[in-house]
Amino acid sequence: MSRIDVRKTYKLYIGGAFPRSESGHSYVVNDTKGTFVANAALASRKDARDAVTAARKAFPGWSGRTAYNRAQILYRVAEIMEDRRPQFVQAVVQSEGLSASKAERVVDEAIDRLVWYAGWADKITQVVGGANPVAGPFFNLSTPEPTGVVAVLAPQESSLLGLVSVVAPAIVTGNTVVVVSSYERPLPAVTFSEVLATSDVPGGVVNILTGSAATIGPWLASHMDVNAIDLTGIAGDTALATDLEVAAADNLKRVRRAPAAEPDWTQDPGTDAMTAFLETKTVWHPIGV
Amino acid sequence: MPTGQGSSATGDPVVSADFSDITRTDASLRRFLHGLPGVDQVGAEARAAALGTRSIKTTAKAFAIDLAIRMVDLTTLEGQDTPGKVRALAAKAMRPDPADMSCPMTAAVCVYPDMVATAKEVLGDSGVNVAAVATAFPSGRAALDIKLADTRDAVEAGADEIDMVIDRGAFLAGHYKQVFDEIVAVREACGSAHLKVIFETGELQTYDNVRRASWLAMMAGGHFIKTSTGKVQPAATLPVTMIMLEAVRDFREQTGQMVGVKPAGGIRTTKDAVKYLVMVNEVAGQDWLDPDWFRFGASTLLNDLLMQRTKMQTGRYSGPDYFTLD
Amino acid sequence: MTSPFEYAPAPESRSIVDIKPSYGLFINGEFVDGHGKAFKTISPATEEVLAEVAEASDADVETAVKAARKAYDKVWGRMSGRERAKYLYRIARIIQERGRELAVLESLDNGKPIKESRDVDIPTVAAHFFYYAGWADKLEYSGFGSTPLGVAGQVIPWNFPLLMLAWKIAPALACGNTVVLKPAETTPLTALLFAEICQQADLPPGVVNIVTGAGDTGRALVSHPDVDKVAFTGSTDVGRAIAKAVAGTGKKVTLELGGKAANIVFDDAPIDQAIEGIVNGIFFNQGHVCCAGSRLLVQESVAEEVLDRLKRRMATLRVGDPLDKNTDIGAINSAEQLARIKELSDIGEAEGAGRWSPACDLPSTGFWFPPTIFTGVSQAHRIAREEIFGPVLSVLTFRTPSEAVEKANNTPYGLSAGVWTDKGSRILHMANQLRAGVVWANTFNKFDPTSPFGGYKESGYGREGGRHGLEAYLR
Repeated sequence: MSRIDVRKTYKLYIGGAFPRSESGHSYVVNDTKGTFVANAALASRKDARDAVTAARKAFPGWSGRTAYNRAQILYRVAEIMEDRRPQFVQAVVQSEGLSASKAERVVDEAIDRLVWYAGWADKITQVVGGANPVAGPFFNLSTPEPTGVVAVLAPQESSLLGLVSVVAPAIVTGNTVVVVSSYERPLPAVTFSEVLATSDVPGGVVNILTGSAATIGPWLASHMDVNAIDLTGIAGDTALATDLEVAAADNLKRVRRAPAAEPDWTQDPGTDAMTAFLETKTVWHPIGV
Repeated sequence: MPTGQGSSATGDPVVSADFSDITRTDASLRRFLHGLPGVDQVGAEARAAALGTRSIKTTAKAFAIDLAIRMVDLTTLEGQDTPGKVRALAAKAMRPDPADMSCPMTAAVCVYPDMVATAKEVLGDSGVNVAAVATAFPSGRAALDIKLADTRDAVEAGADEIDMVIDRGAFLAGHYKQVFDEIVAVREACGSAHLKVIFETGELQTYDNVRRASWLAMMAGGHFIKTSTGKVQPAATLPVTMIMLEAVRDFREQTGQMVGVKPAGGIRTTKDAVKYLVMVNEVAGQDWLDPDWFRFGASTLLNDLLMQRTKMQTGRYSGPDYFTLD
Repeated sequence: MTSPFEYAPAPESRSIVDIKPSYGLFINGEFVDGHGKAFKTISPATEEVLAEVAEASDADVETAVKAARKAYDKVWGRMSGRERAKYLYRIARIIQERGRELAVLESLDNGKPIKESRDVDIPTVAAHFFYYAGWADKLEYSGFGSTPLGVAGQVIPWNFPLLMLAWKIAPALACGNTVVLKPAETTPLTALLFAEICQQADLPPGVVNIVTGAGDTGRALVSHPDVDKVAFTGSTDVGRAIAKAVAGTGKKVTLELGGKAANIVFDDAPIDQAIEGIVNGIFFNQGHVCCAGSRLLVQESVAEEVLDRLKRRMATLRVGDPLDKNTDIGAINSAEQLARIKELSDIGEAEGAGRWSPACDLPSTGFWFPPTIFTGVSQAHRIAREEIFGPVLSVLTFRTPSEAVEKANNTPYGLSAGVWTDKGSRILHMANQLRAGVVWANTFNKFDPTSPFGGYKESGYGREGGRHGLEAYLR
């Protein structure tokens, strides 16, 4: 008689803890062959509200850490992911229907992507900031600062590599995020949140809501305490993307627009996923005895 | 009772006449206080942290523990204090370790004015002083005559020491003369009791303010300067106490007078206490390594000191069952 | 007069580090015998012999450069930045894991206090490897191109042995170069332990090669025709010789040389922190620091007060066993260096400056020098012009900001400077006027892997650290 396995409950990740949805709702998650995998928590607008509160609370501490410290923590996340590589490979096989070897390449890419972003923490300032030679006796310096709480609609298809590629660039510079994971493929995001919880990432820096971008998106887009929103997860849905951009305009959120189709995540990301959520502060100091 | 140096035999105020021009008006006080050297926050905190890396072992540690015990003002300042609670506290101050008669007594107990008589009954002439908080502690928000009556009340009940609070609102609004005059008035109401002046450094916020408050209090005749009431966070910290130790050092350099320092609130472990003593040793100097010139305002610290003392003697880690909890 | 609060000895245990009786050269991923004359490295605190170390002959240097070239052509130069990064991250991690061991070894071999090697040197070493690991796959953003040069020959000094190694190797490897590095002859041991760490990290053979030896080995290395890049940190005299030796070759060269930095204290300085900055500036690492604040320029109106406070503060400095956690000032690195410090100090006295040290109990074996100040010094004195490289401070005065600038700049050196004032605009004005590669305001001796370091004038050229530190290793 073969052993009965102990199945995992797939919960939300908010403020460093794993609560169920306050609504009590869940939804069915199947693998790509249509086989039942789990009932995942269905995030409600109140969960989104709580996640924004947690992200706001975590922002001063996270943005106040040294860049070196944030780099160390992101690198640690990569270490733990590497340690759990077989688990992630299995999650990607199950969620995206890839072959084992293709899934391994995806997971390797995701880990290396995290390492790449970790290395940016203490370098982005040197690349986008600098002194400005103004025409007067002033020392003038421009430096980037994180914008604050960023809402992220994670990609629908690339449930791990795409997820890492939208989360890491936002947090490496000091922002905190509220993420809506892929609706049909939420499980790698849940496993990823377990890694975050055990990698010295302070609670509230990353919050992951499993659920629908179409339902939760509008609440995040209109939330007056969210500073920016990344619409990548609704790629191709121009109507919804426009609505969300309109809602975001109420407090002039910085918007990273939805592409026409989900990008090729294996390409070099460039720096704009980071700079989209950076403010530039320019300070003048007189020079004189 | 420790009289210390720097106070006259009659307990009269010992404000040096040199300061009268400085303390004449708000403006003259501001010019003087704001003309003191600034404190660089990063540098000051780095020095305090570096002093905290001194490794104090064996004989040095044993010396530090016993000295720290002798420097404790064992404190209870709760709305729910009763005579029973205060009697228990006083008994503990006289015999901190019931199993070891060689353990020294604490310097004082610290209570609200209406508990002074109870404490005095128990302590008698044991050598443990009674310190009373006064002047509408902890907020200091009351009229001056009420604050002075509060003080006199405690002194009449037998308090040897008065821990007053400055008016932080007046200080932050720049009314330095008012703050100065209040300290002088309270000093007078103390009679022969020694005056500690509490700044509530958590509300003053900047090290520059702490330096200024230190000089203000010393010019006004305080015997001790004290960091906090313990009711506001942050309370005592190493860097804040360091600034105050620098102030008393500089004050003696200028006037020949010693003033004591008391960090209060948030000092819970022997490790913390030892760091403070290292700082006293290296910043102010060995003359301040004495309960006459340095005190810890604490309650839970005492048991940790006792546990560490026991470990040094027996070689084993101890547990709370072996000490009194009140 | 003894204090009632005497600090008992608090020694860090030596048992964590396993020093072998003898070491070979590290070439092509293995330890091999050297063909020169083996020499001994000692603990400058006790003069005990720590180990015997191989000397790399010209032939050994040839072998090492060949190994580096092969590794560059076949493996490292072809490897993607992403993969190089991960090797460097591994090395950084292992340095953190073995941090205490490295700190103890550094203090034993160099003489510096364990408090410094533990809290400053080793964490900064790890941080350098972490920082440059992150550049390996981002070179196209550097502004300096993304093509490496080839093989780098690197010669480092004895004052911060492992940190200087990190400053050289981390950026070189991140950019795709391979290296042959010669540590100083009095402090080879942490470099050799680093070689073991490279093995633990599975670094491909030949990417890092360590050739121990003295002046001859260094000369052979920097003049080897198949070395594309020379990096040297050390004395200006040797730097000059190297600059001449590479003339006419195609070698790129960077030099980080001596200094005689001015630490300028204005009358409105935050005085207690300024005293700390003066002390840190010249007594940190026994003053064996190229960027040491070895000239105190104090505004005349506050000179007496500053000196009184300085002397009082110096009296709390503890000189002694480098492995004691309470030691502030350790041993002088070698008999030669001690002799030089003594010689220049005697000259200072003879020139008429006022000499003062606090009372110090110095051990009877080992190389020791008490923290010392010379007052009444002027720019004409030798002790105001020549680098002493020891815990000796020359004190001069100035009247106005422009006079401070003039005196600070009146030197062939230009590595660093310190400015102490509460006035922000004055900090920036002074920073603008000072001809120094690093200016510290209301702080001193602060180093970070993101912050470029290097000198003007005879303090050398090129920068190490930060984005700018990549330039030397790319084309």
